[in-house]
Amino acid sequence: MNFLVTLINGLSLGGVYALIALGYTMVYGIAKMLNFAHGDIIMVGGYTVLVALGTSGKPIFTVIACVAAIVVCCILGVTIEKVAYKPLRGASPLAVLITAIGVSYFLEGLAQIFFGTNAKFVKIAEMGILHIGGLSIGWDTVITLLVSAAIMAALTLFVKMTKTGRAMVAVSEDKAAASLMGVNVNAIITVTFAIGSILAAVASIFYLMRYPTLNNTMGAMPGIKAFTAAVIGGIGSIPGAMIGGIVLGIIECVFNSTPLAPYTVAIEFAILIVLLLVRPNGILGKKRREKV
Amino acid sequence: MALLEVNDLQVNYGLIRAVKGVSFKVEQGEIVALIGANGAGKTTIMHAINGIIPKAGGNVVFDGNDITATPAHKLVGMGLAQVPEGRRIFGELSVFDNLKLGYYCKNDAKHFNEKLEEMYTHFPILKERSRQIAGTLSGGEQQMLAMSRALMSDPKLLLLDEPSMGLSPLYVSNVFEIIKQVNKLGTTVLLVEQNAKMALSIANHAYVLEIGNISASGTGAELLGNESIQKAYLGG
Repeated sequence: MNFLVTLINGLSLGGVYALIALGYTMVYGIAKMLNFAHGDIIMVGGYTVLVALGTSGKPIFTVIACVAAIVVCCILGVTIEKVAYKPLRGASPLAVLITAIGVSYFLEGLAQIFFGTNAKFVKIAEMGILHIGGLSIGWDTVITLLVSAAIMAALTLFVKMTKTGRAMVAVSEDKAAASLMGVNVNAIITVTFAIGSILAAVASIFYLMRYPTLNNTMGAMPGIKAFTAAVIGGIGSIPGAMIGGIVLGIIECVFNSTPLAPYTVAIEFAILIVLLLVRPNGILGKKRREKV
Repeated sequence: MALLEVNDLQVNYGLIRAVKGVSFKVEQGEIVALIGANGAGKTTIMHAINGIIPKAGGNVVFDGNDITATPAHKLVGMGLAQVPEGRRIFGELSVFDNLKLGYYCKNDAKHFNEKLEEMYTHFPILKERSRQIAGTLSGGEQQMLAMSRALMSDPKLLLLDEPSMGLSPLYVSNVFEIIKQVNKLGTTVLLVEQNAKMALSIANHAYVLEIGNISASGTGAELLGNESIQKAYLGG
């Protein structure tokens, strides 16, 4: 019974990692860059929630705060792409990577100026415990699990069934050929950043429900873990990011429930290293032939 | 007025000027061929017309509009479609999804179904394989898919870049038969080919490209009969 609770907990945390990992993997797939500022979008989402909640405990403010985080993160992600990455289209991948790291430090510095370095406590909502069949699970865990599963299902359908989704797959495979079809590659990149940032905002809300302390570097840990999840799943692959995130969440919760708990993070990254030795392209990653 | 007019087109490839002031015309209803050896600049010209690589000079007029600075993704909606070198179908998507992307610039479900039926009639193999992932098709089938993907948009002008590349001799004559048919049905064709003999045999008009310059031009038959061209491009 205890193990079942741990498993549900792991699925729920895995859902959060998967949402963040999707942002990394989609941006990598479409724009062929690692957006290392993605974790800091989570942090900005967190502060947006903090500000929007104010001191009021009314539930309506929780809803407003969540919507505000989604809107702010979406605008931020799209703006970052326009201002920092778009001018570097065609530049060396290293220049783009350094820029992304620069954007990350910029956002962390900005948050420090406005909010200081002291950790703030964020109480998003008062949620009870769900008792079901002898199990006791926090409602926040259940909601996280259900909402992230629904979002992932919606995203999968979006990519498979819509015109824009098909265009995204086409752009990730071959930008020039996609533009010959009439696909506006820049517009698709913008859409991708918007979706990735919205997912990061949702993830930031769930992450804060679980770990309610907020500081200007709070995005770093979930960011790097979700990046790990994306690589485990196979970077560039949407189902890969989902699987990678869930695997990582379950590993984390399982080890946290054992005496090995202090070493959980080390174990997670060790698994990444071993997996990359065995399957360098990740679980669902494709072998990419570099075209000349 | 010609459907496509390329005037003094110059293109740089890194620091090298790969295309050094090329001019040619494609008249409505024609098949025009650009032939030349590897590295003569044929594909570079195609990509420059389509805006995939920037032009260093000159201009391109299509259907009365100056498209010199028009971004690639707007051209297909204007009636200029391309079958790129190496086919470049979307290998992770199904045959059907590839054809849907060929119709991306338009939004008319009924017309889409008509075009789809038309393609399936021309290329029955694509109907059979419509749910198959395109990357698993054979080279010849991929060429069929690339051509029908481009034809889905109902183009006025079809640019074909090395359609015979990597195909078995049987498929090569097959592809050229299809090009003739497509042209007969009203689509103007600009064809780039290394297989000069095949290209000249179906071309109304042809240009010979040599390291970034046009060195000869004439009707397909004239060039086929030209001794120096026979020596250089037609294997004696």
